[in-house]
Amino acid sequence: MILTILAATPIAGALILALLPRGRTDHLRAKVVALGVALITLALSLVVLARYEPTSGGYQMTEEHSWIEAFGAHYSVGVNGIAITLILLTTILVPIVILASFDDRLPDPRGTNAYFAWMLAVEGLAIGAFAATDAFLFYILFEATLIPLYFLIGSFGGPNRSYAAVKFLIYNLVGGLLMLAAIVGLYVVSSRQGDASFLLTDLQDLEFSQTTERLLFLGFMAAFAIKAPLWPLHTWLPDAAGQATPGTSVLMVSVVDKIGTFGMITWCLNLFPEAADWASPVIITLAVVSIVYGALLAIGQDDIRRLIAFTSVSHFGFIILGIFAFTTTSMAGSTLYMFNHGLSTAALFLVTGVMISRRGSARIDDFGGVQKIAPILSGVFLIAGLSSLSLPGLAPFVSEFLVLAGTFTVSIPAAAVATLGIVLAALYILIMYQRTMTGPLAPGAEGVTELRPREIAALTPAIMLIIGLGFFPQPVLNAINPAVETVVSHIGKTDPTPKTPTPIDAPAAEEGGH
Amino acid sequence: MLTSFLEADLPMIEAPEIEYALLAPLFIVTGVAVLGVLVEAFWPRSSRFLVQTVLAVLGIVAALVDTVVVYTDLDRVDSALKARGQVAGEGALSVDGPGVVTWGLLLVFGLLSMLLFAERRLEGGLSAFTGRAADAPGSASEAEAVKMRIEHSEIFPLAMFALVGMMLFATANDLLTMFVALEVLSLPLYLLCGLARRRRLLSQEAALKYFLLGAFSSVFFLYGIALAYGYAGSFELSAIDTAVTNRTGSENMLLAAIALIAVGLLFKIGAAPFHAWTPDVYQGAPTPVTAFMAAGTKTAAFIALTRVFYVAFGGSQWDWRPTIVAIAIITMFLGSVVAVSQTDVKRMLAYSSIAHAGFLLVGFVGVYAGVAGSDRVTSVSSILFYLAAYGLASIGAFAVVTLVRDSGGETTHLSKWAGLGKTSPMLAGSFAIFMLSFAGIPLTGGFIGKWGVFSAAYSGGFWWLVIVGVLMSALAAYFYVRVIVLMFFTEPVGDGPTVAVPSLLTTVVIVVAVVGTLGLGILPGPVLDLAQHAGAFVR
Repeated sequence: MILTILAATPIAGALILALLPRGRTDHLRAKVVALGVALITLALSLVVLARYEPTSGGYQMTEEHSWIEAFGAHYSVGVNGIAITLILLTTILVPIVILASFDDRLPDPRGTNAYFAWMLAVEGLAIGAFAATDAFLFYILFEATLIPLYFLIGSFGGPNRSYAAVKFLIYNLVGGLLMLAAIVGLYVVSSRQGDASFLLTDLQDLEFSQTTERLLFLGFMAAFAIKAPLWPLHTWLPDAAGQATPGTSVLMVSVVDKIGTFGMITWCLNLFPEAADWASPVIITLAVVSIVYGALLAIGQDDIRRLIAFTSVSHFGFIILGIFAFTTTSMAGSTLYMFNHGLSTAALFLVTGVMISRRGSARIDDFGGVQKIAPILSGVFLIAGLSSLSLPGLAPFVSEFLVLAGTFTVSIPAAAVATLGIVLAALYILIMYQRTMTGPLAPGAEGVTELRPREIAALTPAIMLIIGLGFFPQPVLNAINPAVETVVSHIGKTDPTPKTPTPIDAPAAEEGGH
Repeated sequence: MLTSFLEADLPMIEAPEIEYALLAPLFIVTGVAVLGVLVEAFWPRSSRFLVQTVLAVLGIVAALVDTVVVYTDLDRVDSALKARGQVAGEGALSVDGPGVVTWGLLLVFGLLSMLLFAERRLEGGLSAFTGRAADAPGSASEAEAVKMRIEHSEIFPLAMFALVGMMLFATANDLLTMFVALEVLSLPLYLLCGLARRRRLLSQEAALKYFLLGAFSSVFFLYGIALAYGYAGSFELSAIDTAVTNRTGSENMLLAAIALIAVGLLFKIGAAPFHAWTPDVYQGAPTPVTAFMAAGTKTAAFIALTRVFYVAFGGSQWDWRPTIVAIAIITMFLGSVVAVSQTDVKRMLAYSSIAHAGFLLVGFVGVYAGVAGSDRVTSVSSILFYLAAYGLASIGAFAVVTLVRDSGGETTHLSKWAGLGKTSPMLAGSFAIFMLSFAGIPLTGGFIGKWGVFSAAYSGGFWWLVIVGVLMSALAAYFYVRVIVLMFFTEPVGDGPTVAVPSLLTTVVIVVAVVGTLGLGILPGPVLDLAQHAGAFVR
């Protein structure tokens, strides 16, 4: 019941905001209501966390009702370690985003109520998608997140917003519809083997022919690979992020795109383990290409928002690499990476959003020497940037390290090329920092003033979490590990036994020459 | 002596046995239509419009209530597949589960359309139909008719006749009855199409086009019936089925019969390449009539098509399925691609209806009748659900079209719709919901409908057609989304559109359509169960 309440709270908040009369000038009432609802949701998610038993790998707080009997669809929710991590990410980020978006200059200020209402709608649908344990319910919620995001980009973004919104929608809809074909296929396979059911537990017991399993896997994977986004299906992301408001970008990249990588673990791997194994060489290759390609293109960007979008393509490459390496280490790393990438990208989008709105331009060349006039802003920017390049001591480092460590045990070439991504990350972040923050103050950049207290209040929790989880990732990993182990054992993979170190008392005669 | 003499020489003429209770919904609608003609002849003009409206609405409501009664009383048929109902009217009609559910759908669509027909606030107290159809457009007598506030209240009996034709069409059990039903439904519609108050030349052109092409396709249909009779020696669908299954006659004659009958029926549902009339007629006809046609004709004709092909020609499905697959793909593709370039809302909705005919054909071609003991969605039930979702959204969308106006009446040019979301968010929001339902976005009825027809096609072995279908859906989604972009993300040009304030009638229609569209998307269970419960056709 608690999960239903958790997902329904922001939806109800969105409806209240939609019905709330429009404010006259500053629309403060709508903003405060939105923030309040987001904070209540955060509190509820902490209640969920408190009731969660981290040592168990299965689903908890489950709830199940029959929904559409003819299809075998259920309203069925529950959380395991992976789901609860991502739900927490969502509930932590949304209040931050709402607080940081208080002063967003919207094309039409009358739309303020709608702006925050759509944000809360995204939150509710995303929580639902993370908690769904029925494939049909998951699909509906996964697709439904498109509508609020579409309106957020199209109504409130930059000058080229309607093109970006349509491109975003069509790309994701194509993926979603291919997944729909696979969902239809699942239904037919499931009803051939008894009563149709979309419950995760029932679907895991289905028997597929090899071809069917592969085709259905590809249908699911197409949707998730576009959403995540995996090279070469990523081109919608820079356009969308380049036009959207910072808050929308955070919701899109940090929250909704995570449904893609989450779906890969929960749905692709659990339902089609053999097909996933069959496809993994190709997906690993694409993931490695994403890492390098995203990083290279990020270096070449002139627009700050597009640059961050390309860094995300690179980071999503790491996440997908870790998932399809099929080791507990790399998959736990990927899950943790989803959480950390959410935080660091959010911080980066929001702090650059402040810079961009004060300067009135997103071009890197229009900035320069900002740290002289806005030291706190540039400090926050530096921490967010360093976390994006995975500096040890900041949260993403741990997860990136786990992904690479896990991948090395199965594929040294993939891991070696992926490591290149870390080097390139240092380049794109530091070059951007250098060009915008250091040197003499660029003409026209005088208006980039210091962070205001409200902006500091919004960004502080994100920065604190990034630093905190850099030193103490273990609590999160404790929750993630049991769930990941369940998935990996379901695929039928065991972690490769480490070749070194050899036990001290074992005979080491053959390797004595070393 | 005399009596025995007569008995010996003259053949007995048995009075036909008519199941009056079973067919009562048909009789009610026919009766109301005839009564409407009498009212037209004898009732004073001043209050005639009102009386006709009340008569039509009450008649439909009565028929709807009786349809529910008839449905609950249908007998179960003992066969491997689930079916209920019986053949009635000496074999002319088959009052079965799918047929009666279709009656229900048609009556609901008819009721909503009648409310649109009766809307009089938009034209300053006059209906959307021309005052005196005999006047030349733009003539002095036309102006006089407007001044005298003359109205054609015949539209109601005409619509009721069309409605009874649709109901007959959906339950006709022999080809001859089907032809009669086709004409009964078409002739009043030809007339209604030409009665628009504004842009009368366009409307009359639409009526003539519809009539000529419709007559042409009827001839194809009739020729097909003749060949089918030549092949099977009977008009009855079940007798044709027996002949087809036993392969008694000439193969070529059968194939020609199937092809010609298909042409006639595919014309009515607006499938490519027989779709050419759709955009012109949808655009030219008075918008309430377009709504009625889009929902009603499509529903009745699709069920008739399904019945003929499943019952009569089911035995030769391997002959016609490849062709229908090709037609389905062409129809989806053409409807979606051409719709992108439309600049007129009504034409765009017309191409959208063509695309939807294609999606329906995907479910149709699955020919999945279910297996005993399984409750998997069948082709028939998925088509019924799709038609319900599509019909509701269509009527709602056309109802919205009637409200966006300027001094010349409805402004159907898309550029005039720019910024509608800013000036009247509720109306634009409703239209957006209908568009999302057409596009098949989850949480709307259109999504569940698409899901159903795709699963029927998959069950029937056409998994690759499902993939083609979803890609076409993405293509189609593009132009629905374009309308949303236009309404919400584009600044209004000039003064922007004006939205007329409708009376309660149109408001009710839009609200019902919105609630229905969302309801069918979020809680599709009851309607889906009803469609599934209806079972197979009874032959």
